[in-house]
Amino acid sequence: MAGIPAPGGHPGIEVKNLEHSYGDFKAVDGISFSVKEGEIFSFLGPNGAGKSTAINILITLLSLQKGEASVAGFDVTKDPQKVRESIGVVFQDITLDRDMTVWEILEFHGRLYNMSREERKKRIDELLRLVQLEAKKDERTKNLSGGMKRRLEIARGLMTRPKVLFLDEPTLGLDPQTRMRMWDYIKGVNNEGTTIFLTTHYMDEADRLSDRISIIDHGKIIITGTSYGLKNTLGQDLIYLETSDNEAAIRILQGLYSVRDIKSKTKGFVLMVNEDGTKVLPAIIDALRDRRIELSTINLKKPSMDDVFVFYTGKELRDEPEGKTGYLTLRPGGH
Amino acid sequence: MTYGFATIYWRDMIRFVRFKTLLFSSLLQPALWLAFFGIAMSSSFDRLMAGVPVPPGVHAVGYLTFMAAGIIAMTTLFTSLFGGIVILFDKNWGLMREILASPMNRNHIIFGIALSGVTKSFIQVIIIMAFGILIGAAFFAGFGAMQVVLGVLGILAFVGIFALGFLFLSAGIAVSMESPEGLQGIITLLTMPIFFASNALYPVDSFPEFLKVLSIYNPMTLMINGIRYFAIGPDFLALGKHYVYTTSDIALSFFGLICFAAITFWFAWWRFKKAVVT
Repeated sequence: MAGIPAPGGHPGIEVKNLEHSYGDFKAVDGISFSVKEGEIFSFLGPNGAGKSTAINILITLLSLQKGEASVAGFDVTKDPQKVRESIGVVFQDITLDRDMTVWEILEFHGRLYNMSREERKKRIDELLRLVQLEAKKDERTKNLSGGMKRRLEIARGLMTRPKVLFLDEPTLGLDPQTRMRMWDYIKGVNNEGTTIFLTTHYMDEADRLSDRISIIDHGKIIITGTSYGLKNTLGQDLIYLETSDNEAAIRILQGLYSVRDIKSKTKGFVLMVNEDGTKVLPAIIDALRDRRIELSTINLKKPSMDDVFVFYTGKELRDEPEGKTGYLTLRPGGH
Repeated sequence: MTYGFATIYWRDMIRFVRFKTLLFSSLLQPALWLAFFGIAMSSSFDRLMAGVPVPPGVHAVGYLTFMAAGIIAMTTLFTSLFGGIVILFDKNWGLMREILASPMNRNHIIFGIALSGVTKSFIQVIIIMAFGILIGAAFFAGFGAMQVVLGVLGILAFVGIFALGFLFLSAGIAVSMESPEGLQGIITLLTMPIFFASNALYPVDSFPEFLKVLSIYNPMTLMINGIRYFAIGPDFLALGKHYVYTTSDIALSFFGLICFAAITFWFAWWRFKKAVVT
C-alpha cells in the first residue's frame, strides 16, 4: 500500500544528490543532507542560493529532476500525496487572499487540511492570540500592515501539527520583538514533536533556532553542523590585529601553538585561536614586541554565525555589495 | 479528503457575494440583454412574421419567448467560461501554492470551482426566467403547477451540465495560462463561434451545410433544445419554423452534454496534473 513508508525511509527528511536546473541555470547543484525526526534544521544562505528551489521540491510543488528526496518517510516522486499529508508550509512571499478576512484565511486552511470544527476553532483562537491579531479577526487581509500579514501567514502555517513543517524565511520583515515570540512558538511546536526545516538569511535566526545548520551558496551545501560546531571550526576566539608590518607579523604568529589559522584583511589580519583569546593575547603581544612590530589595533571576539558564513562562503550575507565590508568582518560590539 | 471541493466552493462563494459590483452586474447584465436586445429584436421579427400563417393546432410563440432560451444559454456560457479565471489569479498571486501543497486532492479544486460556477449560473438563470416572464416571454404558458416545477428542474439540469462542461474547460485553460489578458483573449475567441453557430437567436436549418453540422452538435444548441423543451413544450412554432422535440431527442441532447462535460473534465484534469505552480 502507498501509505507505508519506503524501506530505508525515515520520519525526517532525506535528500541525496539533489539537482535542479531552470534552463541552463543550476539552482540546486547536487545537495545531500538528512534531517532527523524532531530536529530543527536550517538552510542558511543568501538570496538566490537555491534554498527556495530545494523547499519547493521537498513540498512537491516542483517535480524532482535529479537525485532522491524523501519527507516524513515518503518519496516525493512516488508518494507526493502522502508527503503533502505530512507537511505544513509557510511560504516566503505573502500568499494571502486580499479579500478574505483573517478568520476566513485560517478557517480555509484548517478545512484544506481536514481539521475538525472544534480543532479549527481552538487552534484559530490560540494562534490569533499568539500573533496578536484577535482584534483583526474580521478584517480583510488587504487592510493589514505588512508585519500583520506575515504574522497571519505564520499562524496559518502553524494551524496544523504536521510531521514536518517547512518555513521559508519565516520572520522576514518582522520587528525584533515579534521575531523572538515567533522563535519561541516555533520551538514550542518543535517540542511537541514536529520536525522543522527552515531557510533563512538571518544569522541569528539560524543560530538561535536550529539544532543543525547547512550553509548553502550557489546551489551547494558548503558545510553542515551544529551552531556550536560550526563556530568552533573557526577556533575559540577571533583576534583582529593591525600592525606596522602585517606580513612579518603573520609569519611570526603562524608558529604559535594555539593559532589555528590566519586570514589576511585589507588593513590587518585575523587570527583564529584554539584557546581562550584573553590567555593567548599576552603571548601574541610579546612575540610581536620582541621583533619590534608595532600594534595599532587589537580586537577580540567569539566567532559568530556571521563569521562562520563569511569564512565558508567568502562573502557577507547582507545585501551589501561584495568586498565592501571585506572578509571575516569583525564589528565592534559583536553582532 | 472527501469534502475538499466544499472548501474551495465555500471560498469562491465568499468572493462572489463580497464583490458587490461584480455580483450586481453579473445579475443585471443578462436582464439587460433580454430587455434591450430581446424587445428590439422581437418587435421587428414579430412584425415580419405577422403575415406568416400558423398551421392549425400548432402552438406559435413570439420571438422574445424563443430567444429568452438563447439568453439563458448565453449567460451560462459567459459565466462558465469566465468561472475558471479565479484559478489564474490564485496562481499568479501565489495563493494556489497553499492549496497545491495541501493534502487536498487536486481534482477537488476543479470540482469546487465548477460547483460554485454552477451555483452562480443557477442564480442568474432563475433571475432571467423571472424577468423574462415579467416582460412577456411565454415560458411555461398553459403548464400546470407540477409541469412548471418539472420544467424548472429540467432547465436547471441542462444549465448545470452545460455549465460544468464549460467550467472544466475554463479551469483547464486558466491553469495553463500565465496572464489574465491571454485568458480573456482565448475566451472571447471561443465565445463568438459557440454563441453564433447555435440556435440561440435563430433556427439553424437554413445555415449552409457545414455550419449547420457544426451548429447541431454545438453544446450550446444541445442545451437550448433542452431549455425550449422544458420552457415552451415539445411542439411549437417560432420564426416560421415548426419545432418538434421527442423525448429521445432531448435525452440525446442531454447525453451529448454529459459527453462534452466528461471530455472537458478530462482536459482540466490533464492540465492540472501538468501544472507547475511555485
